[in-house]
Amino acid sequence: MEFDRRRLVLGSIAGAAGSSLGLPALAQAPAKVGNFPEGVGADSVFVGLTIPLTGIFAADGQDEKLGYELAIAQINEGGDIAKAWGLKGKGVLGKQIRYRVADTEGKPNVAVQSATQFFQRDKAIMISGSVSSAEAIALAELANREKILYLVGVAGANEVTGKNCQRYSFRVQHNAFSGSKALAPVIAKSLGKNIKTAFLVPDYTYGHSVYESFARFSKEQGWTQVAKEMVPLGTSDYSSALLNIANSGADVFVNVAFGADAVASTKQAEQFGVLKRMKLAVPNLSGFQDKELGAEIMQGVYGTCEFWWSLADRNPLAKSFVESFVAKNKYHPRWAAHVGYTQAFLWALTVERAGSFNPIEVIKAYESSKANPYESTLGKIYFRAEDHQAVRPVAVLRGKAPAAMKGPEDFYDVIDLVAGEEVASPPDALGCKLGPV
Amino acid sequence: MPSWATLLSQAFNGLALGSLLALVSSGLTIILGTLGVLNFAHGALFTVGAYAIFVAFQYTSSFFLAVAMGSVFMLVLGILLERVIVRLFYDRPHEDQILVTYGVGIVLVEVLRNVFGSHAQRVPVPSWGTGVTEMGFLMYPTYRLQLIGMVAAILLALYLILYRTSLGLVVRAGIENPGMVGILGIDVKRTFLVVFAVGCVAVGLAGMLYAPVVAVSPDMGATFMVQSFVVIVLGGLGSFPGAVVGGLIAGEIISITSAFNSAYSDVMLYGLMALVLVLRPQGLFGSEGRV
Repeated sequence: MEFDRRRLVLGSIAGAAGSSLGLPALAQAPAKVGNFPEGVGADSVFVGLTIPLTGIFAADGQDEKLGYELAIAQINEGGDIAKAWGLKGKGVLGKQIRYRVADTEGKPNVAVQSATQFFQRDKAIMISGSVSSAEAIALAELANREKILYLVGVAGANEVTGKNCQRYSFRVQHNAFSGSKALAPVIAKSLGKNIKTAFLVPDYTYGHSVYESFARFSKEQGWTQVAKEMVPLGTSDYSSALLNIANSGADVFVNVAFGADAVASTKQAEQFGVLKRMKLAVPNLSGFQDKELGAEIMQGVYGTCEFWWSLADRNPLAKSFVESFVAKNKYHPRWAAHVGYTQAFLWALTVERAGSFNPIEVIKAYESSKANPYESTLGKIYFRAEDHQAVRPVAVLRGKAPAAMKGPEDFYDVIDLVAGEEVASPPDALGCKLGPV
Repeated sequence: MPSWATLLSQAFNGLALGSLLALVSSGLTIILGTLGVLNFAHGALFTVGAYAIFVAFQYTSSFFLAVAMGSVFMLVLGILLERVIVRLFYDRPHEDQILVTYGVGIVLVEVLRNVFGSHAQRVPVPSWGTGVTEMGFLMYPTYRLQLIGMVAAILLALYLILYRTSLGLVVRAGIENPGMVGILGIDVKRTFLVVFAVGCVAVGLAGMLYAPVVAVSPDMGATFMVQSFVVIVLGGLGSFPGAVVGGLIAGEIISITSAFNSAYSDVMLYGLMALVLVLRPQGLFGSEGRV
């Protein structure tokens, strides 16, 4: 009966320990949730970053990576900037953040592979990053299955926090719905109500989503659509689609293409004389299309942007972000960097609010942020409990004429910063049903 | 049903698009037809060409001078690749050739990314090519009109080299019976070197001429490589006239379909390719059993 006696002894020790702390014995070993608690090391935690560093989204991916890296360095250092965000001490809950970046090539399957490695091999406590909605949706699904937190990087499609929303995933970037709702009235104000539009739409999740949203809100302004050209993702020659657009008699050319596709299609639109005859509207400006196309083409372009660096004039956290980014990387951050930077800081803040790395507790803290909004680079923002979408202001930009630029990267005027509540989609409008934790 | 004006404009655009596709594919098909090597670095070489003119253009204000400098660079690169790598794979199985050229492609693209970054670079349209030309039924970018002429000139030059010179004679004899050509005292290997280098220059030229139109970024070659495969399958693997006709057909298919619905242009292109593979597997100009 050796075995039984041993178990009895062990059991009573555990019982004694439990009662001496005034806790039930079960609380000694918290239930395993994903990589919690084993992923929480003595002095550090691991975070896996899934970012496209090659492929058509590479430029924005590189920017996003620098944003995460800056935030992680500032959080680990625990200096004035981290304090200004509301963090206590060095790191998150006293633990340093270790991280690694995996190149997703912009492909959902590669992204999921890297994330799985982060989860299994590195015992990551959180995964973040993407520059495509298709990636983000695949990663969020994985995160939900493995019960690990996934914070969306760059991804604009409504589906990410709409019909593909996940309990373990949060998005800080505004969705296509909000961007379009913010943009359409601003353009209508300057161009009028009686407007004909021609759309160039990349044929994937993001393209469809942005098209649907912008078509809806431009229709509300009384505009009519005269052309819609669907083109495959990664097209390099847009001549046949642009020929149709050029002949459509439209007043506004709405270019939904993103990244290198946006650069190629806009450049060719200019060569076809489209930009002389039509105003260009870009519902969601790509990070570097300003520099890649040049102010000559970008002047007068209307678009929304998750963040533009001149917002630093309006907010101290944005100011410290832009200044420290420029000091470190020698160029002005684009919005992909901003998404990475804010996701990292908001996560650190939320973990400290929860007082634990336990994803279930962290999710609860995120979901209750409406009552206790975060002070961020964009002012007060919060995540909705219903669909995990951030309610945050949306910047509407207009391209500056080359002569009006005050510096080499001064490409846009922020003509409006529309309040988040004003343009947020109704929480039940996009088909989000969150699962259990 | 689209109007006649639209159909006519798209048919014209198909010609322009098709001539570029023909040029892009010609380098691939020359190398395949002569050396029997399916060059998977083709897309990367196209990209290298575009970057070559991007760099050359910064040192010279003349577009044609930049193209000439870029061509010399592509020639040297082609010679190096053939001597150092491809040469060793002529007698190896096709899979090995595909793997090694695919690897070369990855290395080239990543070198470009390292040197220039991932951002799209700007190559301006030459000053004599800016603006739009009014052509009655359509307005068309001037540069693209000039491109049709430039591409036609390059394709003609390639045709003359391959079919009207003694080099071309050796090349074509070398394809049929390399042993016999060797016995006759002709250095077939040296001919292969020339052909590989000419193929590199051809695809590099395509990249250079296309650079002012597209976004010059490290990954730009990928779509062109896929399209050139479609083109040479249509035209017949290894056939130079096949690449030209295949390119024009592909351009017309993409463009004319766009007159109805641009979402279906790729579908139609691949559909036609499937049809050709079923009805005439050797392609329009290919001969059975070659390659």
